[in-house]
Amino acid sequence: MLSQGPAISSCNENDCSLTMEGIIHSTESFGAVDGPGVRFLIFLQGCRMRCRYCHNPDTWARDGGERKTVGQLLDKAERYRSYWRDKGGITVSGGEAMLQPAFVTALFEEAHRRGIHTALDTAGEPFCRSEPLFSAFQRLIGSTDLVLLDIKHIDPDPHRSLTGQDNRNILDFARYLSEQKVPVWIRYVLVPGINDDRETLVRTRAFLDTLTNVEQVDILPYHTLGIYKWEELGYKCTLGDVASPDEETVEKAKEILCRQI
Amino acid sequence: MKISINTSSVQYENDDVMKPVWGDDYSICCCVSATQTGKEMQFFGARANLAKCLLYAINGGFDEKHRMQCGPEIARITSEYLDYDEVVHKFDIMLDWLAGLYVNILNLIQYMHDKYYYEAAEMALIDTDVRRTFATGIAGFSHVVDSLSAIRYAEVRVIRDEEGIAMDFETEGDFPRYGNDDDRADDIAVWLLKTFLNKIKKYHTYRNSEPTTSILTITSNVVYGKATGATPDGREAYKPFAPGGNPSYGAEKEGLLASLNSVAKVPYEYALDGISNTQTISPEALGHTLEERKNTLVSVMDGYFDRGAHHLNVNVFGTEKLIDCMEHPEKPEYANFTIRVSGYAVKFIDLTKEQQLDVIARTCHKFL
Repeated sequence: MLSQGPAISSCNENDCSLTMEGIIHSTESFGAVDGPGVRFLIFLQGCRMRCRYCHNPDTWARDGGERKTVGQLLDKAERYRSYWRDKGGITVSGGEAMLQPAFVTALFEEAHRRGIHTALDTAGEPFCRSEPLFSAFQRLIGSTDLVLLDIKHIDPDPHRSLTGQDNRNILDFARYLSEQKVPVWIRYVLVPGINDDRETLVRTRAFLDTLTNVEQVDILPYHTLGIYKWEELGYKCTLGDVASPDEETVEKAKEILCRQI
Repeated sequence: MKISINTSSVQYENDDVMKPVWGDDYSICCCVSATQTGKEMQFFGARANLAKCLLYAINGGFDEKHRMQCGPEIARITSEYLDYDEVVHKFDIMLDWLAGLYVNILNLIQYMHDKYYYEAAEMALIDTDVRRTFATGIAGFSHVVDSLSAIRYAEVRVIRDEEGIAMDFETEGDFPRYGNDDDRADDIAVWLLKTFLNKIKKYHTYRNSEPTTSILTITSNVVYGKATGATPDGREAYKPFAPGGNPSYGAEKEGLLASLNSVAKVPYEYALDGISNTQTISPEALGHTLEERKNTLVSVMDGYFDRGAHHLNVNVFGTEKLIDCMEHPEKPEYANFTIRVSGYAVKFIDLTKEQQLDVIARTCHKFL
């Protein structure tokens, strides 16, 4: 299960239009913590990471989801335009949004034509600098106004044990976004005993300090509310007895990770 | 907005839709109903249970709970699966009867009230040429809408008892529900309100008062629900109705704004006594800081009221509410009570006790 994930859809420029289809897990009309202002959220189906704390394991599998076109999704999103005022827009999340770069590009380019702010909520794992994918990602980032980037762990080994995947692509994606001067909000799920120790946090911060585009760092304390979904899906949650971090731990992490950006 | 977030004690009403009707000197006289101050009085009139009326249409006027013939004895529907046109036809007949009975009873009540307890002191404060409105109301609104939608867009099988009375329904297939910004269901909502008020208007009302209506069962939704058997939308027998103009519990699959969009489509000019809508939002879903939460709430309200909606009551829950929800999960207000944590939404009552305590503990710490 860990090595088999969805393949990355290819980006053919001719496909990028209103009728292009993506594989969608669900949509949600109201999000207020997934980018600036009030946002329409689109969750894509499929992810190659197997984060042990994932609260949406139902978005992992590639078989599943529903095919929806760019036009259908944006027409639906625009029904909520009156709530967006000057700040809101759409956020594409997942699953892993970057596994469908051609589709998200088409979606974002059409959103821009309609004057809609675009945010990409991703773990960055599919990123690479080799062709043909690199061109696809370049074009995607060209139509992305804000990236919400998950950093799960700064070190490769614990990262692999936590998510089943390497973190080199992810850190390289962060550097790429910095080169391209794309605004980024970093999201860090704080898991006791896994990524909440001082040393890890300090080195994470040191990495963030090498980037020039980080506007905000959000610490999301680990919670156990997704476990019932694991059980429903027949997966075994391997975080066992790990509890949510207490307030003091969160405050300490905030001091290190969120200080004057 | 700050007071809303801290106390959940403020209800909001839309001046843009009320001012053209009531002028700029109106006050809120009853729940959410407006009145031109000092110029009007309202003959108050409880609600008509339209969900019960729908069951009478199916059961030929036989009451499923009290086991007696209550409505006109029209032919019962006997088919295994409900046919939309047949149900609507019989529902129309039953609504005519109910509207007539309802107005007749209200006329009696208001007449007797004037006769035995004319409120002379209060009336002394109102202009001589008083404008009188005749305030009717609707209970079970969302359940009728969803039931008709189920009958139209899915297959609804009737489960009858030995006397041939429809006691339960089994729905096969999906159908659009009011509360998801889906016009197929929301159009039924608009149709239902207009149809009902037009039927009320056909009858003479006491002292030539102007008939109005409302969709605002704020607590009586529990009582009306208790008196009403299972409905084709999947609501179990004797369970509470959704309050006021709210969508039914569990019907909202597209999130808060989709729900608000649906309610905003119900035309205020047909329900001048108000269309109440109560929503519960967790502070964490509104933003990380008080500033963000205030801004989000402003955006939500602006968006909603710009669409011509009438009323919104926002509960931004605190810890006490969570504890109450854990201890009294049967309260209707908690049936659809969703908490949201960084991209993940769950119904609070679906969590285990342990998890609920966990959430409560963390809410005490002001974060999730």
